[in-house]
Amino acid sequence: MAMPIFTPGDDPGSSFPELLRRIGAFAPNALAANGASANALDVPHATTCVAMRYADGVVIAGDRRATAGNLISHRAMEKVVEADRYSGVAIAGAAGPAMDMIKLFQLQLEHYEKVEGTALSLEGKANQLSMMIRGNLQAAMMGLAVVPIFAGYDERRGRGRLWDYDVTGGRYEEREYVATGSGSLHAGTVVKLGWRPDLDRNTAIDLACRALWEAADADSATGGPDALRGIYPIVATITGEGWARVDDAELAERYERIALSLRENAAQ
Amino acid sequence: MSMPFYVAPEQVMKDRADYARKGIARGRALVAMRYVDGIAIVAENSSETLRKISEIYDRIAFAGVGRYNEFDQLRVAGVRAADLKGFQYSRDDVDARSLANQYAQILGQIFTHEMKPLEVEILVAEVGQAPAGDQMFHIQYDGTVFDHKDHTVLGGDADAILGRLTESYAADLDVGGAVRTGVAALAGPERTLPPGDLEVALLARGNGRRCFRRLADDEVAALLPSSD
Repeated sequence: MAMPIFTPGDDPGSSFPELLRRIGAFAPNALAANGASANALDVPHATTCVAMRYADGVVIAGDRRATAGNLISHRAMEKVVEADRYSGVAIAGAAGPAMDMIKLFQLQLEHYEKVEGTALSLEGKANQLSMMIRGNLQAAMMGLAVVPIFAGYDERRGRGRLWDYDVTGGRYEEREYVATGSGSLHAGTVVKLGWRPDLDRNTAIDLACRALWEAADADSATGGPDALRGIYPIVATITGEGWARVDDAELAERYERIALSLRENAAQ
Repeated sequence: MSMPFYVAPEQVMKDRADYARKGIARGRALVAMRYVDGIAIVAENSSETLRKISEIYDRIAFAGVGRYNEFDQLRVAGVRAADLKGFQYSRDDVDARSLANQYAQILGQIFTHEMKPLEVEILVAEVGQAPAGDQMFHIQYDGTVFDHKDHTVLGGDADAILGRLTESYAADLDVGGAVRTGVAALAGPERTLPPGDLEVALLARGNGRRCFRRLADDEVAALLPSSD
């Protein structure tokens, strides 16, 4: 592989996808090009994710299950990932294209940062993701939709910000919380009832855990906490200190408490 | 038809080399050395925004001296090559040796075939998983590659600086020791360099996936001996 050097007029700048196109390595949506319908392929789908703002930034969380039709195809999928130090993405939708999109997105943020010497603004990152989703539109029409949540800490404004997207790349900034995926109706309702401005970290994480619990309870495509295998949802906070994943021991304890309170309610 | 004057190839090469060397000698130098937890790169650079040292990939850093626009173009090409390789294969497959070879090809090609050689010297450094894996490649304007184990100097007045560095360098320096050694070697006995005139970056083994870390002026000041 030769080192890519361009003349000034032909330079792809700090965009990694553009660089891929320039060297001819970009083959997006091979499936869509064949006109195959994803519904017939039974590809794995990923499900419920929530994110909300709290006093120090944002909490972003997602379950671990991927389903293909009525079967569980993965129990420990990582749908909530760190995009860079100050932002994260949570995805719902067809797992394959979503993972590809996230990989490209992470790389694009890092590539930009290295080439330009400064990181993109949070809004710039949200916009980049929007363009990638739009690029996937043709595949989305065939059932391979990818619908992420983007959350991060805006260093310039000193607060957490959230965006959700539609399959066309439409980008909507939310002020309070977002939920996406098949269990989003249930998860979103739980967050809606519990959300207050300036929640503290503890309450916000509990609320996210509870939201995923209720989604798993009512939606077969969303996985609940799995104490047997030690698989818990991914929950992370993004603040001025950067991305921090809540560890499994802490989540185990929180879910223990939720289960306990539910048992007490049932006993009365 | 006019005949061009005959110039011996030896003379052409010598002229180009002299030209490149003169350009490089005008710029200020930088030093790189291994310390106990990685590689420290210290450059004399009064600009806060035009960098000589930068990140190429998870474990790889780039440093250049000479003409800024020329080594910056090489830097961006390196970032692109590394990101493409990591994307198409795996992050583990990106290594400094292969980048150094590609740089050497480009510099060698330009040196022999273009009118004007690049007036740059560059360093590609990689921090290994273990200290034994640390690598530093020093590539000259004509594509000559040197592989250094412990320390190296690039830029103007390199011989004098290398002499001082070799004298004071010890195998297991900590970060502070490495930065102080580097600054002393750059400054020489007559000068003191304030943090504002220095650019310091580390490839630190314990820094997570991305080992590259730039030290801010106040961090550098804290490492240097106090001047009062």
